[in-house]
Amino acid sequence: MYDFTPMVEGINRWLHSMMPDAAATFAGWVLVALVYLALFAVMGLVLVLVERKVAAFFQLRLGPNRVGPWGLLQTAADAIKLLLKEPVGTKRADMFLYNLAPFLLIIGAMMALSVIPFAPGLQAFDINIGVFFIAAVSSVGVLGVLIAGWASNNKYSLLGAMRSGAQIISYELSMSLAILTMVLLAGSLQVSQIIEQQRDYWFIFKGHVPAWIAFMIFVIAGTAETNRTPFDLPEAESELGAGFHTEYSGMKFAFFFLSEFVNMFIISAVAVILFFGGWMPLHLDGWTGFNQVMDFIPPIFWFLIKMSVMLFLLMWFRWTFPRLRIDQLLKLEWKYLLPMNLVNLLLMAFIVLMGWHL
Amino acid sequence: MSYVGEIVHGIRTLLTGMAVTGKYFFRARKEIITQQYPDNRDQLRMFERFRGEVVMPHNENNEHRCTGCQACEIACPNGSIEIIWDRKVDEKTGKKKKYIVKHIYHLSMCTMCNLCIIACPTDAIKMAQNFENSVYDRSYLTKVLNKPGSKLMDGIDE
Ligand code: SF4
Ligand code: SF4
Repeated sequence: MYDFTPMVEGINRWLHSMMPDAAATFAGWVLVALVYLALFAVMGLVLVLVERKVAAFFQLRLGPNRVGPWGLLQTAADAIKLLLKEPVGTKRADMFLYNLAPFLLIIGAMMALSVIPFAPGLQAFDINIGVFFIAAVSSVGVLGVLIAGWASNNKYSLLGAMRSGAQIISYELSMSLAILTMVLLAGSLQVSQIIEQQRDYWFIFKGHVPAWIAFMIFVIAGTAETNRTPFDLPEAESELGAGFHTEYSGMKFAFFFLSEFVNMFIISAVAVILFFGGWMPLHLDGWTGFNQVMDFIPPIFWFLIKMSVMLFLLMWFRWTFPRLRIDQLLKLEWKYLLPMNLVNLLLMAFIVLMGWHL
Repeated sequence: MSYVGEIVHGIRTLLTGMAVTGKYFFRARKEIITQQYPDNRDQLRMFERFRGEVVMPHNENNEHRCTGCQACEIACPNGSIEIIWDRKVDEKTGKKKKYIVKHIYHLSMCTMCNLCIIACPTDAIKMAQNFENSVYDRSYLTKVLNKPGSKLMDGIDE
């Protein structure tokens, strides 16, 4: 009923009827790229505003409330300000790498974004190794962070970048293992199939306790991957100025800033896909009426609702927990999360083997 | 503590923290502490213990309670208070008695430590709550606390 496939195919046919095949394919690519760029910008602006409002409420403040009604235009004004700022760099910085770094970060984030389905038919790239692809390209981002810290010719930047390297390499492990646990349950890496598997029950219900543990680990590792508090050591404004992006200003700084929020979006999206059924409505066994009502809500809203809950959870973490020290960070990963994860993986394999999942 | 115990304890403490901030979040609308100054300048009430400036209250007959004992001047750690005093003959008793000519207070140096208020034996001075103290010249911040022509209230003694 709410499938976007006919619409997408319609646009595709229309393009093909207008011009030769090669040109139509190219036009299609450009269209998709434009849509994603617009999405990227809107997402950044909205998420920054929401984060600031949520942070304010956690601290019993009002948050931005001067620009536009309820401060809704605040981030738009900030974006314009950042566009107009002079790009100031450091002396003897490696100019090529210095300019390259923000784009690497953005490219990584955009690539991961392309695999995320927003609703049936609304997915740019349904590759058959979907979740693996996300895990792989999300580590392109750390390259951007490392290069930014190295090329800035600033010791705080370098320290931040090194911390970021240590942190992301460690937590990549946990995240991949948590994803693997759920892939074991789904039996597929393709995002559309993983979602299709959850038509009757979401994986968080299907997988029993191991799914809950995997979810917990995934959220912790995901927070670490996005460099958000309590894992914001690479930025650590109280210790390192602003860490790896200390020396960036204007639009290049905005890229770093936005990529944090896009990464947060991606982590939440993957969590929603793997544990809460992506755009699938909530279904309960035997409650036909209830299920029909749930089906009535369009999948895109299901996706957005679940995303908001996940994003709110991440913001809740950020405004509650204090920052970890680097040794505590590594201890948490290697002494607690990793062994827990491995045991959890075995447990899940056993459950799937015995056919105990629903 | 055992390994598993540590994990459980860790999760419990995290949840405790989240419960606290979560409670704040959901009650935020009622308990916002932000004051939208200067929009609400007319309704703004400073909280009780806020100290803005040392003042000397006078009653309706232009009388104050300061005997000129200089206890506040001695108590002040940074010399913000200067008392200029003299002696004159009291009509009733016929004895010579100290009185203040000027109670000079330098707001620019005062740290609002409250020591002078505590030191004053006759409660002649107290803390006011105004905070809009910006002026164009530093000399405006030197104030004479006793009003011109004021005199000591009856029945106050050193
Ligand atoms: S409040 Fe403290 S600093 Fe100010 S006048 Fe009194 S004693 Fe001096
Ligand atoms: S204000 Fe109080 S302490 Fe200061 S001179 Fe007057 S009576 Fe004495």
